[in-house]
Amino acid sequence: MKSLRNRPELILSPVVFVVFIALWENLVNILEVNEIILPTPSRIGEALLVQLQTSVFWSNLWVTSQEALLGFLFATIFAVIAGTFISQIRIVDKTFMPYLVGFQAIPKVALAPIFLIWFGLGQTSKVVLAATIAFFPILINIIEGLKSADNDQIRMLRVFGASRSQIFFKVQVPCALPFFFAGLDVGILLAILGAVVGEFLGSQAGLGNMVLNAQFNFETPTMFAILLVLSAMGIIAHIIVKAFQRKFAFWGDTSNIIGN
Amino acid sequence: MSALHKIYNTRGGGQTHALSDINFTAKKGDFISIVGPSGCGKTTLLNILAGLISKTEGSASVSGHEVSKPLPEIGMVFQAPTLLPWRTILENVMVPVEVQKLDKKKHLDKAKELLKLAGLEGFEDKYPNELSGGMQQRAGICRALVHSPSVLLMDEPFGALDAMTREYMNLELLRIWKESNQTIALVTHSITEAVFLSDRVIVMSPRPGRIAEIITIDLPRPRTLEMMNSDAAGVFVKKIRHYFNAANVIE
Repeated sequence: MKSLRNRPELILSPVVFVVFIALWENLVNILEVNEIILPTPSRIGEALLVQLQTSVFWSNLWVTSQEALLGFLFATIFAVIAGTFISQIRIVDKTFMPYLVGFQAIPKVALAPIFLIWFGLGQTSKVVLAATIAFFPILINIIEGLKSADNDQIRMLRVFGASRSQIFFKVQVPCALPFFFAGLDVGILLAILGAVVGEFLGSQAGLGNMVLNAQFNFETPTMFAILLVLSAMGIIAHIIVKAFQRKFAFWGDTSNIIGN
Repeated sequence: MSALHKIYNTRGGGQTHALSDINFTAKKGDFISIVGPSGCGKTTLLNILAGLISKTEGSASVSGHEVSKPLPEIGMVFQAPTLLPWRTILENVMVPVEVQKLDKKKHLDKAKELLKLAGLEGFEDKYPNELSGGMQQRAGICRALVHSPSVLLMDEPFGALDAMTREYMNLELLRIWKESNQTIALVTHSITEAVFLSDRVIVMSPRPGRIAEIITIDLPRPRTLEMMNSDAAGVFVKKIRHYFNAANVIE
């Protein structure tokens, strides 16, 4: 019981949730709000259960997951390569940084219609959009992380005769890991966002496509149900990234990491 | 190993004359301290010996090798422990072995032996943040010694520690030095520390950084903390402090 007294949030957080759901449920019933505008939580739950029992839902879930994961994977690979070159070679940094900053200023979602023309209605356009959106936060964290190595640590390695590549792998890369994982954490959520937005703009399958279909048929409870599923995807992805971070960057001082 | 030879002449970086006409030699097994007010170039001197910065004129050699880049004959202890937080204490001590691609198995025993000598037995698999500042600094000393360097450079290694820990670390250092028989060059702010530890104290004065006097401390060894209250030690401390006062610098 002592732990509960020290951490009242363990009780308060669920209480807030229950009160909020109860208020929502009752107010919608009392005020007789049209289900198309705002369904009750219980109706949303029912819609979710219905969806979970259809094979269409699971194949759509798989489509969106694939798009987000592939996009995330490509974003990570390109960010690692670009980040390494930018942080290690001064001339690359000076030459390409203005373009990166400029490109970052583009609202990436606005690129979706163009990607649709280039890559079609299939999964490719969503993967590309997801990768484009997820790329920058990962890249920036990698650059910052690789530059974050302590001068004293580098000096220490130099005194003992370390070569440049030894300094890179023994100090700079480990120093970058906490930043890298923070970037991945933001990146995976943005990749899911990119995949869904891509599906909104034109698709044949995926959870975003299901939301559009539900909207077309005024099935608001289903729309909310899929929103819940997308949130769950994000939370699970976040938990997985955090687990990796705790395993591989356990010493991390995350206080000055971008996007945290 | 033959006698070490370290000779410096002028170093003029830009317009500042950081070190001017520095000449000294240390024999194998000597304990030398370098003291002086801030800005007298003692850290610069140490960095040249470490091969971290280049000299302008003159020569610096360690065990017959001219220092132009970091030499494997040198081990260094820094102001801060500078341990890598993602490595265990043992892995940290092994850094010079890895970097210089020495035989890992052989040096692993050496590393464990040094940690034992430094009173860190049982902490091999702990991470730096699980150790106190004094313990971390001792691990830093083990790291500097693991590849059996002929010269140990120490850059104000105990400056960040409290007075009690500092005295204790001084005694520990003497003990480790006696066992390993390295040549040590220690930069310090503390005159008493220099007198307590050294065979010779190089007193430097600033603008331009130069050697004011090299004072031989002929106090008997092994030294004890009580000895520092003796008149003999007091004479040395006074003599060195005289230079600080002359330079009009308050420590």
